Amino acid sequence: MSNRALAIGLSVGVALLVAFPFIGDRFYVQFVTKILIMAIFAGSLNLLVGYTGLVSLGHAAFFGVAGYILALYSPDTHAASFWTSLLLAVSGAALMALIIGTLVLRTSGIFFIMATLAFAEMLFYVFHDTAIAGGSDGIYIHERPVLMIGNWQPLDLAHSGHFYYLVLAFSIGVTLFMRTILRSPFGQVIVGIRVNEHRMRALGFHTFRYKLVCFVIAGGIAGLAGYLAAVQFGVVNPEMLGWHLSGSVLMMVILGGMGTLIGPILGAFSMMFLEEIFQTMTKHWQLLIGVVIVLVALFLPRGVAGLLPDWQRRRTKAGSAQRAPGKTHA
Amino acid sequence: MRDDKPDSGTMLETRSLSRHFGGLSAVDGVSLTCRMGEVHAVIGPNGAGKSTLINLLSGDLEPSAGQVFLHGDEVTGLSSPRISLLGVGRSYQKTNVFLSFSVFENCRLAAQSRLATSMRFFRAARSYRALSDVAMRAIEQVGLAGRADERVDTLSHGEQRQVEIAMTLATNPRVLLLDEPLAGMGAEESSQIIELLRALSGGHAILLVEHDMDAVFSLANTLTVMVNGAVLESGLPETVRASRAVQVAYLGEHSHA
Repeated sequence: MSNRALAIGLSVGVALLVAFPFIGDRFYVQFVTKILIMAIFAGSLNLLVGYTGLVSLGHAAFFGVAGYILALYSPDTHAASFWTSLLLAVSGAALMALIIGTLVLRTSGIFFIMATLAFAEMLFYVFHDTAIAGGSDGIYIHERPVLMIGNWQPLDLAHSGHFYYLVLAFSIGVTLFMRTILRSPFGQVIVGIRVNEHRMRALGFHTFRYKLVCFVIAGGIAGLAGYLAAVQFGVVNPEMLGWHLSGSVLMMVILGGMGTLIGPILGAFSMMFLEEIFQTMTKHWQLLIGVVIVLVALFLPRGVAGLLPDWQRRRTKAGSAQRAPGKTHA
Repeated sequence: MRDDKPDSGTMLETRSLSRHFGGLSAVDGVSLTCRMGEVHAVIGPNGAGKSTLINLLSGDLEPSAGQVFLHGDEVTGLSSPRISLLGVGRSYQKTNVFLSFSVFENCRLAAQSRLATSMRFFRAARSYRALSDVAMRAIEQVGLAGRADERVDTLSHGEQRQVEIAMTLATNPRVLLLDEPLAGMGAEESSQIIELLRALSGGHAILLVEHDMDAVFSLANTLTVMVNGAVLESGLPETVRASRAVQVAYLGEHSHA
C-alpha cells in the first residue's frame, strides 16, 4: 500500500521533471537545472552527514575543485571532450577527497567539522590568492564541453533543454547509485558507524577505511555536481570552494531531511525556491531563510522529508516479511 | 561439569596485566589463563576492575603494562577490530547495540564482520543468504526467534541484553568475553542464557564476569576473585569459595554464596 504510494509519488515527480522543459520557459528550465545540480551536491553531502554521521563543513572543496579542473583543462579556442573532462574532474575531486579524508578522518566530532572547514579554506585561498586560475575573479570556460558518442552528438550542452535532461539523468542515476550502495554490505557498515562506531570496531570493522571510502565517494559525486555547475555557468570562481557554499548545502540537507535519499532533493528545491521568493520580497532575504531553518530545526527534526509517511520503516517490515514468510508481526 | 574437559591448549593468557588511570590502578598485575572448553569466571565487588580487564583483553583499552596472548601469540595493544577478527567476541555490561536497527539487522551486521571485506557495493546486504543464516541462528540461540524483526529500542531491557549476546555469537568467536551477560535479565531468560553458555563452553574459551553467584558456580571451571584491581584468589570454584580471604573480602558479604 505505502510502497505503491511511494512508487506513484516518485513516478509523478519524475514525470513532472521530464515534462518540465515543455511547459516551463527557458529561465525556469535553467533554474531547475541549477536546483538539480544542487540536489546532487546535497545528496553527496548527505552520504557523509546523514548516513555516516560525519558533519563536513568543507564539502564545497570537491565541488569547486572539479569546476576548476574543467576550466583549466578546457582549451581557449575549442571545446573539450565531455567524457574526458568529466572523468578528470570527478577523479580529481575523488583524489582530493582521498588526501583530505586521510587527514581529517583521524579527528571526530567538532574537530572533524573544523578540520574539513580548514582544508576547504586552504583550497579557497590557493585559488583566490594565486594567479593559477584567475584569482578572485575566477576563470571562464569559453567553449562548453562537447558530448560525442562516436561521431554522433546526442546532446548540445549549450542548449538549455538538452543540458537540463543531462542533469536530470545524472540526478536520477546518482540517486539510484546511492540507493544501491546504501543497501549493500558497505552501506550497512557506514550506517552502523553513524549509530555506534565503537560497537562497529568491537565487531571487527576497521571503521576508518569505510569512512574514507565513503568520503571519497561523496567527494567524487560532489565533483560531478561541481563539473555540471561549471558547464552550466561557463565560469568558475573561488566562491565555488567557499565555506558559504559548504554551509548552504549543509542547510539543504538539514532542511530536506538527513539520512533519506529524497531529503536532499526536497531540501535543494525548498531552499532555492525560498531564496527566489524571498529575494523578490526583500533584500534582507537571508534573514528570512534563517528564520525558516530555525523553524524547521524546531518543528521538523527530520526535515521536509519528515512530512512524508515513514516509508523507510515499513519497507524494512515488508522486507523481513519476505524473508520469513508465514510470520506475522504484532 | 568441571575438570573433565581435555586440555586443548591455552586460548587466552594474561601476564602481569595492568592499567592505571592517573594514580588509580584499575587492573593491577593480573595473570590468568583461559583454555578451550573452560569457563573462567571473574568475580569481585564493584570497582574491582573486572570490566577494565575485559576492555584490556578486547582491545577497547590499551594496557599500561603486562602482556596478553591469544593462542600463544602476543596481541598486547592491538586495536579492537584486529582482536575481534582474531576470534575474540565480547559483550558489554551496558547494552551496546544498534538501537534503531531490528534484532535481525544487528546480528546480520555482526555476521557481516566475518566477510573478508565489506567493501561490497552493489549487491543488497539482505541477499547474502549465508549472513542471514548466521544471524538467525544466533537469534535462535539466545531465544529471540519470535522478535527478529522488532527494532531493538522497542524491546525490553532483558531482551536487549539477549541481543547483545546474539551479536557476539554472530561473529563466530572462539573466545568469549562476557561482561555481566545476565544483568537485567528475568529469571527465565537468565536460565536460558545459562544453558546456552553451558552448551557453548565445549567449543569456546569463555571469560565470564558475572554477579549472579548461582550462575557462576554452575558454569565455572575456574574462579578468580578480584579486589581493587588485583587477583585475590584463583583456582577451582570450591577451593576459592572455601578461602578465608575471599569470604572476608567478598563472598561473606553475600548471604547466598
